[in-house]
Amino acid sequence: MRWLPLAIFAGLAVLLAAGVLLSRRPDRDALPSPLIGKPAPAFSLPVLHEPGRLVSLADLKGAAFVLNVWGSWCPSCRDEHAVITHFAESKRVRVVGYNWKDDRADALRWLEQFGNPYWVVVADQDSRYALDWGIYGAPETFLVDANGVIRWKHVGALTDDIIHDQLLPALAQSEQAR
Amino acid sequence: MKPWLLALVLVLATATAWCQTSDPTPLRFHDAAEETRFRGLVTELRCVMCQNQSLADSNAQIAHDLRREVLTLMRQGNSDAQIRDYLVARYGEFVLYKPRVEGKTWLLWFGPALLLLAGGFVVARVVRRHAGNDVSATDDAQEW
Repeated sequence: MRWLPLAIFAGLAVLLAAGVLLSRRPDRDALPSPLIGKPAPAFSLPVLHEPGRLVSLADLKGAAFVLNVWGSWCPSCRDEHAVITHFAESKRVRVVGYNWKDDRADALRWLEQFGNPYWVVVADQDSRYALDWGIYGAPETFLVDANGVIRWKHVGALTDDIIHDQLLPALAQSEQAR
Repeated sequence: MKPWLLALVLVLATATAWCQTSDPTPLRFHDAAEETRFRGLVTELRCVMCQNQSLADSNAQIAHDLRREVLTLMRQGNSDAQIRDYLVARYGEFVLYKPRVEGKTWLLWFGPALLLLAGGFVVARVVRRHAGNDVSATDDAQEW
């Protein structure tokens, strides 16, 4: 009984320390996507460079692909661009751009200025499919496997470390499971 | 102004600026009943971008989109529960300010009651222990 206050204090201290440590993660505000492990939501969107041509989810199935949500209005996308470019150039997997809520001319100019690393860019100007994908802020990146199942998602700018430690292992795992 | 205070003000100012964008076309309601139902629903949904604001309060672009979607779903004849399920399926349990009672959230719902019970138990024990003692005798021994 004499040590009870001390025990309570120690308990509280551990609880607070855990809270502080957990809140130090840089992506602590990122929501875990409920879509992971579920079939990717279907979409059919015009290609940015060729508005007459539509690309749908069915067209992309058969091999894994990475879907990178970006917009020319998004400052973090510019920070991320070098990382995405480097990753896309490794040709490990197709990197599809999802141009979100953007003006077509702005998006084309942005790609011309910074380079276009994408295998194809689809344009969702009116945010028709963003809600289905649970997108809430660019940049966001999804990994979709060959069967069209979402395997991994990252909210915020990608870094080389995130690609190396999370995306590539998730990709390897999805390919093994086939 | 002290430099650290200025820095703090600037940080807070950018934090709000991030969440402020103007809505080009405000929502229009058919009647008061629809508006009341809409307001009730969006105040209990959380904005996924500005996470300490409800969908009703937030001025983030995604909150505009989600409010519009909620109204559209209402007009398509969905119940409140169906609309909540729709958002949870896409953005996760986090969008509900009032999480549902299930295995994962059991501690969240009943933890406070358990703590209250534990506290009451401790108080009861202390009171019972002191009830038997001569209170004035212990008071004299205390140094104030």
